[in-house]
Amino acid sequence: MSTIHPRETLDRQINQLFDEVLVMGSMVEEAVIESVESLKRRDIEAARKIYYGDQQINEKRYEIENKCLTTIATQQPMATDLRIMAAILEIITELERIGDYAKGIARINMLMSDEPLVKPLIDIPRMAELGLDMLKRALDAFVNQDAEAARLIPQEDDIVDGLYNQVYLELLTYMMADPGTIDRSNYLIWVAHNLERMSDRVTNICERIVFVATGEILELDISDDEMSDKFHEKITE
Amino acid sequence: MNEQNMISNLRQSNGKYAIESRHLNVFYGSFKAIEDVNLLIERQKITAIIGPSGCGKSTMLRSFNRMNELVPTAYAEGEVIFQGVNIYEEDIDPVEVRRRIGMVFQKPNPFPKSIYENVAWGARMNGYKGNMDELVEQSLKNAALWEEVYDKLDQSGLSLSGGQQQRLCIARAIAVRPDIILMDEPASALDPIATLKIEELMRDLSEKYTIIVVTHNMQQAARVSDFTAFFSMTPDRTGVLVEYGATNQIFTNPRDQRTEDYITGRFG
Repeated sequence: MSTIHPRETLDRQINQLFDEVLVMGSMVEEAVIESVESLKRRDIEAARKIYYGDQQINEKRYEIENKCLTTIATQQPMATDLRIMAAILEIITELERIGDYAKGIARINMLMSDEPLVKPLIDIPRMAELGLDMLKRALDAFVNQDAEAARLIPQEDDIVDGLYNQVYLELLTYMMADPGTIDRSNYLIWVAHNLERMSDRVTNICERIVFVATGEILELDISDDEMSDKFHEKITE
Repeated sequence: MNEQNMISNLRQSNGKYAIESRHLNVFYGSFKAIEDVNLLIERQKITAIIGPSGCGKSTMLRSFNRMNELVPTAYAEGEVIFQGVNIYEEDIDPVEVRRRIGMVFQKPNPFPKSIYENVAWGARMNGYKGNMDELVEQSLKNAALWEEVYDKLDQSGLSLSGGQQQRLCIARAIAVRPDIILMDEPASALDPIATLKIEELMRDLSEKYTIIVVTHNMQQAARVSDFTAFFSMTPDRTGVLVEYGATNQIFTNPRDQRTEDYITGRFG
């Protein structure tokens, strides 16, 4: 009864789309790493490259979007296949935004011009490293359709949020102690904020992976609002 | 009983459902074509029946107006409840059932008569005593064909294009004021534009009628229907109802793996 139906074209296109998403993921990953590394080195030239290189990430996103639309139009995917298409369209938007955060960090580096860093970067590279590790595993979970892994990854967002709060409080003390550091401290707060947002985007990606598996949109973040409420309580104590 | 009373009785007897099968089995001789189908069809909605070839879709459709009986060895077990009664009861006249539950077939099959007569014939056979011109005009309007044929009503129905002929058959079906219209692959012989016209027409008709449609075209089922029933086969080729639900759920998130495999083209 169950004869195998030819759906090679659809399978091939879906696999190609997975590959493309992974390629875009590595482009974004490289941009984030380089943005933080060049900030550490205060390398304006490298920052400029990242800033203008973001265009390639945007183009990649539109390229994948077009391929997705073509697959939808020509193959009429249904059920899981259709949810994969919807998830890809969402995930590439999240990746593009993460690319924008790298671009934002590069821009801060450019804005800082020849001013030295207000403090050596320790927690900020750690935030980038954690966020990117989450991202890499999330994209692996996506192509492997591993909803279980996707459910667990967002829990690590707490650690990134914790680091962000730590960076924020530390820089606040710098600013209070010496108002002359306000500009330079603020720059780093923006950098940390961009990285904190990055791991939020990874959580969104994980939600889409669960959606592909179950057909239901599940909020996986452990309420950012709650986190920031606690944070504000803490800093206003 | 006048028509208004009939309709009000219908609403009371079956609630929001127009027709319902209960533990329905249909046989062709010793071959069981469908087994134990329980299906509730909502009133004034479009329900699509999909599934692989030979899964009993058309048998299921034809069991709703006893059309299977035209096959000599066919018989049904179980019940089909319409207006609170089982249409398979001995004292039920199948001709009356088919008047209330009309059918449109895969290939347009107008009579070799004028366009006017194609529409008027069924109503006349049923003893319609009202204004026939009005009935013909209204039926053709409801079938979205009037504008194309009003000035050539005396021409043969066979002179029309395939899509127009199919709409003529729909006009013929609604001229006898049915409650339910069964459609067996109504657009499979038509080009894409004529197909879309039939689909739009089905949407319009569902405001007044309950429509059950069998289609091989899953995109058509997805486009046009409110509910979808997926049939499959047991290893001995008996058709079974696998999953039934809102069309958007069936096509985006089917609950049964067999439905998923079929609509994603993995088997069928």
